Amino acid sequence: MAVKDYLRERFFPHMWCPGCGHGTILNSLIRAVEELDLNKNEIVMTSGIGCSARISGYVDFHSLHTLHGRALTFATGVKLSRPHLKVLVPMGDGDALAIGGNHFIHAARRNIDITAIVMNNRIYGMTGGQFSPLSGPGVKATTAPFLTIDSSFDVVELAKAAGATFVARSTAYHAKEATGYLKKAIMHKGFSVVEILSQCPTHYGRKNKEGDAVSMLELHKTNTAPLGSKALKENPSLTPRGIFVDVERPEYCSEYDKIIDYAMKEAR
Amino acid sequence: MAKKVLRELRLNRDWCKGCGICVSFCPKNVLELDSKDKVVAVRPEDCICCMLCELRCPDLAIEVLTDQESDNE
Ligand SMILES: Cc1ncc(C[n+]2csc(CCOP(=O)(O)OP(=O)(O)O)c2C)c(N)n1
Ligand code: SF4
Repeated sequence: MAVKDYLRERFFPHMWCPGCGHGTILNSLIRAVEELDLNKNEIVMTSGIGCSARISGYVDFHSLHTLHGRALTFATGVKLSRPHLKVLVPMGDGDALAIGGNHFIHAARRNIDITAIVMNNRIYGMTGGQFSPLSGPGVKATTAPFLTIDSSFDVVELAKAAGATFVARSTAYHAKEATGYLKKAIMHKGFSVVEILSQCPTHYGRKNKEGDAVSMLELHKTNTAPLGSKALKENPSLTPRGIFVDVERPEYCSEYDKIIDYAMKEAR
Repeated sequence: MAKKVLRELRLNRDWCKGCGICVSFCPKNVLELDSKDKVVAVRPEDCICCMLCELRCPDLAIEVLTDQESDNE
């Protein structure tokens, strides 16, 4: 199938601002699905609330646009009742790790076979530029006119510690790389997390004098380096990109099936 | 190996929002924004079919359609 066959073209042009990284992440994700030649009737996308969450309206999969922070809970319900379906859960940084932080760590702990995609623009785009748990210190936001003092989560370290069995990071600049990681994450059996650095030129970029989408993408390039690279060794303050975890551990739905079998035998 | 050659740069001007990402990152300066801030291909003959514009476009407005150039050409 062609890339466009996975889109709901009737809703285009989409609602994202010019140069918003979320559009590129949609682009990378659609390509991953297309390259894997997945049947769109066997994919479910659940999303919460945010500019990022609007992604579920644009894909021609089964989709659930749900509550802020709760995309993973709906996804857990879908996956447990229809374990053969691929479940994709794109979330904003606020959606995934502020209001949804608890669901995030517990989904990882259970190792349920869901692909979580954190579209990290380090700000609440939809509600006008409040800082998020991913903003980090020294950032200007509507809720921090004199700069933030909060440390940020490291999505990769958090996902690792909580038990995710596949963890990767890329950026909207590295679109081809992101597609590769998304393909691996989708095919991984267990809870997979792909953090993709995104840009919100409208709020984050403007408030923090990072310029337009193009200069924000330049920062994705200059502020990150591949895992194991010389650049990263020489400058550990760069954000590493790559696959950080790829391991096997019993998956939640498979374990649950065993319990059902056991209970049925006991009942006989 | 057979090389890719450009058949058409299909630019969807209804979807393009003029962010300029494709223009800035095209290694061969094939694309520009016109007076309406929409993408146009000004030097299609220079296109090396790297697909970077198509892959990065946040508006999904670009398709790089290619043909395979056969080896003995
Ligand atoms: C329960 C609840 N609390 C708060 C809101 C308001 N709200 C809507 S979107 C959003 C944050 C969006 O930020 P993020 O998830 O990072 O996504 P982005 O818009 O940046 O893509 C908030 C706080 C809401 N819709 N529901
Ligand atoms: S407000 Fe920010 S995150 Fe939302 S669509 Fe605009 S650029 Fe994207």
